[in-house]
Amino acid sequence: MDKEFRFLPEQASRISGQVDLLYFFLVTVSIFFALLIFFLIYIFAMRYRRRSEDEVPREIPGLLKLELAWSIIPFGLTMIVFVWGASLYFNTYTPPDNALEIYVVGKQWMWHIQHPTGQREINTLHIPRGEAVKLTMATEDVIHSFYIPAFRIKKDVVPGRYTTMWFEAIKVGEYHLFCAEYCGTKHSQMIGTVVVMEPADYEAWLSGGNSNEPLAVSGEKKFQQLACNTCHTDKPGARGPSLVGVFGSQVQMQNGDKIVVDQNYIRESILNPKAKIVAGYQPIMPTFQGQINEADLLQIVAYIQSLSKNGNTNQ
Amino acid sequence: MSEHSSALAHQFDDLEQQFEASTLGMWAFLITEIMFFGGLFLGYAIYRSLYPEAFAEASRLLDYRLGAINTAVLICSSLTMVLAVRAAQLGQRKALIVFLLLTIFLGSAFLGNKVVEYAHKFEHHLVPGASFSPEPPLAHPQQAQLFFGFYFAMTGLHALHMIIGIGILTMLVVQSKRGRFSSEYFSPVDITGLYWHFVDVVWIFLFPLLYLISRT
Amino acid sequence: MSTAVFNPRPDQLDQDSQTHRWNYLNVGYTIKSWLLTHDHKRIAILYLISVTLFFFLGGLFAVFIRLELMTPAGDLMQSETYNKMFTMHGIMMVFFFLIPSIPAVLGNFLVPLMIGARDLAFPRLNLLSWYIYIIGGLFTFAAVLLGGVDTGWTFYTPYSSTYSNTNVILAAVGIFITGFSSILTGINFIVTIHKMRAPGLTWFRLPLFIWAHYATSLIQVLGTPVIAITILLVGLERLFHIGIFDPKLGGDPILFQHLFWFYSHPAVYIMILPSMGVISELITCFSKKKVFGYHFIAFSSVAIAVLSFLVWGHHLFTSGQSIYAGMVFSFFSMAVAIPSAIKVFNWTATLYKGSVSYQAPMLYAIGFIGLFTIGGLTGIFLATLAVDVHVHDTYFIVAHFHYIMVGGAIMGYLGGIHFWWPKITGRLYPEGWARFAALVVFVGFNLTFFPQFVLGYLGMPRRYHIYPEEFQMLNVMSSAGATILGVGYLIPLIYLFWSLRHGPIASANPWGATGLEWKTPSPPPTENFERTPVVTEEAYEYTPSREKLKESEVV
Repeated sequence: MDKEFRFLPEQASRISGQVDLLYFFLVTVSIFFALLIFFLIYIFAMRYRRRSEDEVPREIPGLLKLELAWSIIPFGLTMIVFVWGASLYFNTYTPPDNALEIYVVGKQWMWHIQHPTGQREINTLHIPRGEAVKLTMATEDVIHSFYIPAFRIKKDVVPGRYTTMWFEAIKVGEYHLFCAEYCGTKHSQMIGTVVVMEPADYEAWLSGGNSNEPLAVSGEKKFQQLACNTCHTDKPGARGPSLVGVFGSQVQMQNGDKIVVDQNYIRESILNPKAKIVAGYQPIMPTFQGQINEADLLQIVAYIQSLSKNGNTNQ
Repeated sequence: MSEHSSALAHQFDDLEQQFEASTLGMWAFLITEIMFFGGLFLGYAIYRSLYPEAFAEASRLLDYRLGAINTAVLICSSLTMVLAVRAAQLGQRKALIVFLLLTIFLGSAFLGNKVVEYAHKFEHHLVPGASFSPEPPLAHPQQAQLFFGFYFAMTGLHALHMIIGIGILTMLVVQSKRGRFSSEYFSPVDITGLYWHFVDVVWIFLFPLLYLISRT
Repeated sequence: MSTAVFNPRPDQLDQDSQTHRWNYLNVGYTIKSWLLTHDHKRIAILYLISVTLFFFLGGLFAVFIRLELMTPAGDLMQSETYNKMFTMHGIMMVFFFLIPSIPAVLGNFLVPLMIGARDLAFPRLNLLSWYIYIIGGLFTFAAVLLGGVDTGWTFYTPYSSTYSNTNVILAAVGIFITGFSSILTGINFIVTIHKMRAPGLTWFRLPLFIWAHYATSLIQVLGTPVIAITILLVGLERLFHIGIFDPKLGGDPILFQHLFWFYSHPAVYIMILPSMGVISELITCFSKKKVFGYHFIAFSSVAIAVLSFLVWGHHLFTSGQSIYAGMVFSFFSMAVAIPSAIKVFNWTATLYKGSVSYQAPMLYAIGFIGLFTIGGLTGIFLATLAVDVHVHDTYFIVAHFHYIMVGGAIMGYLGGIHFWWPKITGRLYPEGWARFAALVVFVGFNLTFFPQFVLGYLGMPRRYHIYPEEFQMLNVMSSAGATILGVGYLIPLIYLFWSLRHGPIASANPWGATGLEWKTPSPPPTENFERTPVVTEEAYEYTPSREKLKESEVV
């Protein structure tokens, strides 16, 4: 990793430069106002320093125009920054449709990463350069945060749900990965490396090492191991709704709500099946809370995603 | 207004200022209490909107008749409290003491009822924690535990306020017996009345929210 | 160093101070007369002693933190210990120093004096609030002695509610109890300011110190109960496994964050508003001029109090709250910066055509303006969504809030302590040493915390005690600065103590300042004023009417 001293991390993702630009604008405006204040104070303190104990300064009347000016101009500047920051944030919030989906599970005190082709890694994330990558993340225990300074991006992983973030790496190299939400004893050691490779090298890396089965295949195996297929048979009269093509589609619940099936919904259905019941089905699905860990859950989710034509979604 | 009344605290110029200050102080305190209970109400509202059936189911395990009796008892106690304040305003010492004692009695009746209710919950393993096991088994046991958590937290905090209120009322009785209050000076009775009414209003919100979910 | 830097004017040598005069300090020397006092001035002294103790305790934890961070490896202490260090540092400093300090020490002492009253509205409640503070402090201290807490002062769930096996409940109880001290102080100030102003003292003749404390009290009263209930719920969850915040039991950890920050963000304004009030007093006195834009500064305090309740979500930008919520909070976070900016500009304009002198309080005030400006500007960085995503939970945040808390609030506190020291103790502090210490603090502070901005943008997360090698140089700079800063804080401790016995006797108004507190002897008698003053002038009436008449003639 690059160990020379710098003021900024490397600009390794598509948005790094954009964030830095906004940052520099803020720095510039801040330096301007800070120096203005420092300068004025200095000048006034020097020029108007007390020369005799008896001197009595003249009263300066207030000036509404001045008050308005120095309220409105700074407000205007903050609004520029607000809009700029919000739109950059907005644009980087939603991953593109065709993003490469990688699954991350944080737990005290390590990062467990699963590639859709089955490749697993601990505390290291290999990704191809130039391709949008979407991370679907979960945590086994407390809140952690997946932070890649070089990409200018982080997202908390929160127990009880999936969180996602996406980025596109533009520069080959190795970059810091940090946990950025205090999580207990070894918080400062929950770190790793993001390795950005040329796409060809990434493919090579994926197929090298032990032959791994794709996540969706592992997920299918678990699906059968846990006997999910005994109710979700995809046949008429089945005890459970069919899962073929369900991912990304809209489903009607017993209470009339319509829900789009996303990763969080699938996770909830496995851990807390009584929370939402699909219309026309009985609430007989047992809960798998405590019988399945987050990593395996993600595999099942990946499997169910693969049952849809467009397995890769933005959910 | 007697400037040299022993009831006048040294930092105030006259009894009127003292009265206004104590009243404003009590209102400010009650606003903090609104924020205090408000946090619990907010948590309750969020989880109820997330788990409406679970909350309804758990709510049916509460005895709404005891709750209704308690509501009536508390409203009566607010009446006796108002009458106490009025008696103080009119300088009627005996009436003041009688109404204060009645309020204490009614408040204690409320608390007695609560003891009965809580005992029932303990017996039937409805206290959140390791021993939580409702009979017959509920459809949503986990969220029911959450409901009971809020039930005990909210009614417990309310009961604590009642106990403190009764303590203050008792002190007022003692002071009344010593002739401390008159039509010139009765602000402690007045502001205790404010406090007592507030505690009553909190219960008026608690009762339907906890006991009356889906009781059709 | 001699104390002769300060030249007393002939009219300042008060005959009274030579003869024996009853004041609030010498009316009684027994412990009982102190521990059972109703006098707001004595209660202020009780608070002064206790907050100072907590300050140095919290500072001790900071020493350990900065020592550990001199090297990239975790070689000074174990991870668990380090985690306890930063937790205890945060808890002590936030709840037991920053929140009480100015209101409970300077506010308690000065609010009645400044409005011409004999005491606060509820003196016994005032004493109770000190005892509550001490009891809460003892619980938290017990948590320290019994092995510490390691959740961070922010107590995020489910780590604090389920996973941590340290004294969370004990610390939570301590904070819960101490919160009531804050609430009672707030209630006392609100009622006092509303109901006990001297005749002629209308709202817009009040010193800005009073406006600042009024706004602070509004926040204390509205916000503190929410953290009380939140902490209570965490405790209940820990004890009874209820599942309010633990998802495995059906709860929501983000709900904790919302509830926690709903108080804790306004709380930071509890910490800075009183300091801003102090600065208004210092700038006017040491420019010998009416403050520029009095109404704007007064209203900006209230505006900050109101807006402060609308921004808490800026702590949750990366927690997974909705992107639209993020935008609303970002917008309001920008808005809340504007009233603070208005104050800074008005203070600067107050110096214009003034008669500026540089005694220690003024040095602290000017230092405040500079450092608070930097801290406040970096707040805009954090309000900016896309930038905050990168710097959230890094040393950038740590630097930001220390610029405000230490560079701002503590500088204001020290400036105020020095300014009103003659009034409180009847003694003058040694001016030369005081100026020196102010400089040391300023230099040490910047060296400690400016590098942390760079560290944060580089990506060094907070609460790390092991870090990549390339961050070492900046960390060493920061630790070196911390040493200097520590020395800068110890110096006043020594000379202020010294001045109690050996400092020159102070007159009623050694600074020639306006304000009712200066119209009574130093130290004041217990009842503050022999006769209730009647106010006929506007605030900061430094220009006598003679001069004003001359002006109007010219026009």
